[in-house]
Amino acid sequence: MSSFQHTVGGETYRFDSLAEVMAKASPARSGDFLAGVAASNAGERVAAQMALADIPLKHFLTEALIPYEADEVTRLIIDSHDLAAFAPVSHLTVGGFRDWLLGDSADEASLRALAPGLTPEMAAAVSKIMRVQDLVLVAQKIRVVSRFRNTVGLRGRMSTRLQPNHPTDEPAGIAASILDGLLYGNGDAMIGINPATDSISSICEMLKMLDGIIQRYEIPTQACVLTHVTTSIEAINRGVPLDLVFQSIAGTEAANASFGVSLKILQEGYDAGLSLKRGTLGDNLMYFETGQGSALSAGAHHGLDQQTCETRAYAVARHFKPFLVNTVVGFIGPEYLYNGKQIIRAGLEDHFCGKLLGLPMGCDICYTNHAEADQDDMDVLLTLLGVAGINFIMGIPGSDDVMLNYQTTSFHDALYARQSLGLKPAPEFEAWLQRMGIFTQADGRPRMGNSLPPAFRQALAQLG
Amino acid sequence: MYDDSPLSGASETPWQQLRNLTPARIALGRAGTSMPTRAQLDFQFAHAQARDAVHLPFDHGALAAGLAHQHRQSLLLHSAAKDRDTYLQRPDLGRRLSHESAELLGQHRENNPDGYDLAIVIADGLSALAVHRNALPMVAHIEEQAAAEGWSVAPVSLVSQGRVAVADEVAELLGARMVVILIGERPGLSSPDSLGLYFTYAPKVGLTDAYRNCISNVRQEGLSYAMASHRLLYLMREACRRQLSGVNLKDEAEVPLLAGGVPRENFLLG
Repeated sequence: MSSFQHTVGGETYRFDSLAEVMAKASPARSGDFLAGVAASNAGERVAAQMALADIPLKHFLTEALIPYEADEVTRLIIDSHDLAAFAPVSHLTVGGFRDWLLGDSADEASLRALAPGLTPEMAAAVSKIMRVQDLVLVAQKIRVVSRFRNTVGLRGRMSTRLQPNHPTDEPAGIAASILDGLLYGNGDAMIGINPATDSISSICEMLKMLDGIIQRYEIPTQACVLTHVTTSIEAINRGVPLDLVFQSIAGTEAANASFGVSLKILQEGYDAGLSLKRGTLGDNLMYFETGQGSALSAGAHHGLDQQTCETRAYAVARHFKPFLVNTVVGFIGPEYLYNGKQIIRAGLEDHFCGKLLGLPMGCDICYTNHAEADQDDMDVLLTLLGVAGINFIMGIPGSDDVMLNYQTTSFHDALYARQSLGLKPAPEFEAWLQRMGIFTQADGRPRMGNSLPPAFRQALAQLG
Repeated sequence: MYDDSPLSGASETPWQQLRNLTPARIALGRAGTSMPTRAQLDFQFAHAQARDAVHLPFDHGALAAGLAHQHRQSLLLHSAAKDRDTYLQRPDLGRRLSHESAELLGQHRENNPDGYDLAIVIADGLSALAVHRNALPMVAHIEEQAAAEGWSVAPVSLVSQGRVAVADEVAELLGARMVVILIGERPGLSSPDSLGLYFTYAPKVGLTDAYRNCISNVRQEGLSYAMASHRLLYLMREACRRQLSGVNLKDEAEVPLLAGGVPRENFLLG
């Protein structure tokens, strides 16, 4: 294990390991204080950033933050590292890498080629010495496109996951939220339900219902019920139509074990999904959710800071060529991200690091009622992520998830971002919205009709 | 002046009738493509109420009195988080009992060395309001079912500033084979009073969420007490049979319509 020191302002700061430099260089957040790994004051934090900036990227290939023998995520990171792809930046320090990323050598093509040459720890390290504008600017250069039944992640596009949750999974209530979302132009990343109860029979019913709606109205999108991967496998075994295979993941083997998964179980879920061959444009079909603080929450962070743990989860994700990866940034609560400022920074870090590593990143721009955050903070993060080129965000009725009890972006928020930043939905979905008469996008502005599209009039007529 | 009339500049929504199908904030209308004024301010008020619910103190005295009225004993306990501010920033402390509370349970065990089949824990969690409104009727349902199974039940443990995992320590100290904790979930805008049930078989300090089963959203407008206890009983019976709980124990309970009538069907496929 290496030790590092840095002298600045007449004081010499000493750090006993790479993990310690990384943790102390992290911009302040409550979860790192909770873990006892944060810098003790602002001066020590910047000194750690200076020490980190001087560390060669190559060093990350020789000092594992969690031992190779002890953790399957470390083994995945080391064993899948592509030395040839790493070559263009292999001579750089972390600080030099930041400069390189901001410069002209880093463009869409070179960053795509570089991704397999980067480890999560390299991405996390450089993000710690980047400001918000750096995280936006570099992420904006990168495009990660994924395909299943439509195409998500193209430049100039921003998709939404329509999240029609209902407190008791009642079909009519779920359908009402789905229709509301579709009529506000949401749902191109997927229609994805968080079920209230993990009962296999009701999961199967919801999957059949989503499949029925997508087929009836010929919606170019995909469905997901966010249940444990083993439950999805069971549903597939029962012959139920299932598009995307969901799982929450984290950046250490022990944290994943706390979710009841391992790389082997994830592989089984991926294989089961592939066996159905339901993607028409491509076979990206895994849907992963992550979030800073999950490893610490499970007591499985190995003394690492939460942002580094989070970035390691992206190594797990990219192994399975996902359709979407969603950092659920403000869900975990104030003990990990205390306020709007911390949530905003974390969302941008996660988006940047995920994109740099080659992932189709989205963000659940959200907060809970026990965090010091509000709608204004979410507007700031949404706008910044829109500028940064995020693949997708959530879309729910009126920002209020009546099942999960938190606030995320609304159908209207997505339209705000599309209008103010000139973004469009996925191309196949955009064509469907026009064909259905839901809305058209002329001169860069979405124009919505004031009457109900004919295809849905019949459905509403039945309600009397 | 703000309302949904054309005079306000906001547009009418032709699918208003869907609003009686879900508590979600659908068919809000739009101003341009943005949220109209009334919907915007309604949201802000709901958020203000939820913020206030998070900080409502846990009235465990009143709860103990309510349990006594139902002829049930209770134990008043406190987590290691001494106040609300500490609780919000230190979940590790909310998962453990205070030294004094652990001692109290130790003494209880000395007097009741045989232990119990089931321990019931009630904790404020993130919404004391949820516990104040829903805990007593929920406990009555659970105890009724436990009695029918012939299980011995420990006095109800009331934990202030508690998190889910504190139940494991309570149960371990009481010598309970199974534990269920009733805890206030984090308040939502439309649901400041939602109760969560977490069940563990063979509880002990240090177990992760993978060893627990969760039934969430128990409240008047959500999952009924009867439905929640039906699911819980299924989990407990299966757990006893297979000697495990958590992700390997699926909730495959057949769900009869015990309350609330027939679920309304998906109208999009009619």
